[in-house]
Amino acid sequence: MIENRPGLNLLAHLVLILGIAVVALPVWVAFVASTHSATDFMSGTVPMWPGPHLVENYSRMLDAGVSTSGTPPVGRMMLNSLIMALSIAIGKIAISILSAFAIVYFRFPFRGLAFWCIFITLMLPVEVRIVPTFQVVAGLGLLNSYAGLSIPLIASATATFLFRQVFLTMPDELVEAARIDGAGPMKFFRDILLPLSRTNMAALFVILFIYGWNQYLWPLLITTDAQYYTIVAGIKRMADAVDGLPQWHLVMATAVLAMLPPVAVVIAMQKLFVKGLVETEK
Amino acid sequence: MKRTIFNNQLLPWLLLAPQLAITFIFFLWPAGQAIKQSFLREDAFGINTSFVGLDNFTALLDSPEYLNSLQVTAVFAVLVTALSMGLSLLLAIAVDRMIRSTRVYTTLLVWPYAVAPAVAGILWWFIFNPTIGIMPYLLDVIGYDWDHISSKTDAMILVVIASAWKQISYNFLFFVAGLQAIPASMREAAAIDGAGPVRRFFDITLPLLSPTTFFLLVVNIVYAMFDTFGVIDATTEGGPAQATNIMVYKVYFDGFVGQNIGSSAAQSVVLMLLVITLTVIQFRWVEKKVEY
Repeated sequence: MIENRPGLNLLAHLVLILGIAVVALPVWVAFVASTHSATDFMSGTVPMWPGPHLVENYSRMLDAGVSTSGTPPVGRMMLNSLIMALSIAIGKIAISILSAFAIVYFRFPFRGLAFWCIFITLMLPVEVRIVPTFQVVAGLGLLNSYAGLSIPLIASATATFLFRQVFLTMPDELVEAARIDGAGPMKFFRDILLPLSRTNMAALFVILFIYGWNQYLWPLLITTDAQYYTIVAGIKRMADAVDGLPQWHLVMATAVLAMLPPVAVVIAMQKLFVKGLVETEK
Repeated sequence: MKRTIFNNQLLPWLLLAPQLAITFIFFLWPAGQAIKQSFLREDAFGINTSFVGLDNFTALLDSPEYLNSLQVTAVFAVLVTALSMGLSLLLAIAVDRMIRSTRVYTTLLVWPYAVAPAVAGILWWFIFNPTIGIMPYLLDVIGYDWDHISSKTDAMILVVIASAWKQISYNFLFFVAGLQAIPASMREAAAIDGAGPVRRFFDITLPLLSPTTFFLLVVNIVYAMFDTFGVIDATTEGGPAQATNIMVYKVYFDGFVGQNIGSSAAQSVVLMLLVITLTVIQFRWVEKKVEY
């Protein structure tokens, strides 16, 4: 630090602690609410300290769910979210790294055009073209399927650019050496490029997993069969359904379960997460 | 540019095929359909469609609801951006003073990034629930009668807080990175010249932070306009009386609930133009930033 000002340091600590408290407040309230029974909310306000019903509420949600809301057990919805998030993350990485390889290491006609077609996806978020995209997916018969949940969200310009940057910084001598040794393009890709891109792939995976898990509008639209509900979309259906008879303790238990996996990923892989975030936004 | 390349004409197309196929089927084709539908009008049963030229677009300009949605979007985007960027800058400056405890504080501040917007909406909706929520109870003590179900202002405050809350961690990380990129020698020199912390902040830190700030400004506007769908849908559903009906939500509502495909498509086209503009601004600036 430039000069020693204990007052300012104390102020900085205070600001940070206050910030953390504000940031954590909603989750604390949700967690507390999820440990009480329905009757505890009748008295007026939400209790501020955890109650005794934690295990009961969570195990009920995980394997039975709220039958009246028409949503499947939370365990099932979490499995669906996991399948969707993994398919999107792995799918995006796979098709992007292949495209980047083609664009960087080959010269072919219409290479620029192909690049621009991918680039343009940046400018078409799913929320913007929602109605026609839904029509296309419906026309392909992909409603209520894992393919319909993940494939339309797999194309990714940012991931392609990221791998393109990574490949461009790799020394030309690598290819030359590989070619002298008689390696074809696919062997070079598998034995040299893939291992060298491992940390980039891992960092990107963290970001894309969170992206996939947190999808809301898309799964809400294309799943009408409860077997395919994802947890983030399911929680809204649950909150709507219990409007008449608020089962807040169960809705909040679901909310806590819905944010647990992505938050755990961010905290456990903080370094990779920050790296992935900074890289994808470059 | 790479000097050494592989000579193969078919292989690159095979490698690009999956990416291009998905791009065409799920991005370019639907976008084309949106543009086509924006010039068509369907009757109520979807049997007859007729070409109406720019009618769908001019109808938007005559629609008080659409103009309201434009205004709501602008207010919402400005408030979310200002609130989340302001708070995260404050936190980033505080963390930047720390030497040993940076990592702990950062970990405790970044995780909301991982919370889905829809879940963030549900959490704050619960906190502000007029009958059992904790905030209305506290507000009642100071004499404010909170009711986001009928009050337009309260509903807007609710969606702004939920949306800004989720974005704080993102802005915080980029502000911290920006602050750490400022050479310590500059601030030290200013300190020797007798500039206090406040003066240093406004004369050195803030100007040098401007590329980061501008980048975040664009990203936050895009976030507030497009990624907050979940927050709105999980809480106010655009109400009360259209008070929180942002453009993205209106596209969805008119298209799926109202079944007004032509109008929804025209709104999609307007949004596409907006995203393109914002993306171009962002890229232009990122290019410039290198020379900055």
